[in-house]
Amino acid sequence: MKSVKQETVLLTTSGDVVVARQKVRQWAMEMKFTLVDQTKLVTAASELARNALDHGKGGQMVIEHVENSIRNGLKLVFEDRGPGIPDIEAALRDGFTTAGGMGLGLGGSKRLVNDFQIESEPGKGTRITVVRWK
Amino acid sequence: MERIPILRMGQFLLVTIQVDMHDRLAVQLQDDLTEKISEWSSRGVLIDISTLEIVDSFIGRMLANIAAMARVLDAETVVVGMQPAVAITLVELGMSLAGVRTALNVETGMELLYELRGDFHSEMGG
Repeated sequence: MKSVKQETVLLTTSGDVVVARQKVRQWAMEMKFTLVDQTKLVTAASELARNALDHGKGGQMVIEHVENSIRNGLKLVFEDRGPGIPDIEAALRDGFTTAGGMGLGLGGSKRLVNDFQIESEPGKGTRITVVRWK
Repeated sequence: MERIPILRMGQFLLVTIQVDMHDRLAVQLQDDLTEKISEWSSRGVLIDISTLEIVDSFIGRMLANIAAMARVLDAETVVVGMQPAVAITLVELGMSLAGVRTALNVETGMELLYELRGDFHSEMGG
């Protein structure tokens, strides 16, 4: 996977979640994703950015245009320095929530992208990487 | 403070969400609507989301909360104008908005509200 270009968005307030959504929309449009794919990417970004903010006490999103030998993709990396996720398998299950929400954030956003990877270390933070390919 | 306007139309309340809402604004709308339903004894709420480019789990939960709170206050809620791409994404995300009534546009949404109140004919003049 080769990087074409990238940009970082800081996530410290709920207004930053809106900025993250708008950035992802703009990049997805520039890369000519279909409207449905744009909507899926923006929705996944919204869930994961909020996740980094609410559970990870803020962090950042790196947005990146990537390509491999056959296609282009939009890659999003969400990093926070929160408490980490002790049980990733449980956190991915629909309905699992520690913040009183619907518990659709992680499992739901996984369904909206093609690649989904969580790395988490208790006490150190969480990194979630997603890619949607064209 | 930034707020989403709530219009009063007879026994109904009308809300058009035209901004990319941050979470606090969504919570504010939920509170404001509940207050207005009670203040004006409104019988129905119509929420137009035709300009919303996404509905994520937070906004979905807000819509479900509004419908539930309105019901407790004896008012019906209809959400109208969801874009097809938003509907596809919302269902894939895992939200079916169970308990929230929907209509394709404002006109059919208003008809549905009158119907739900059981006074469709008298209100529509028919």
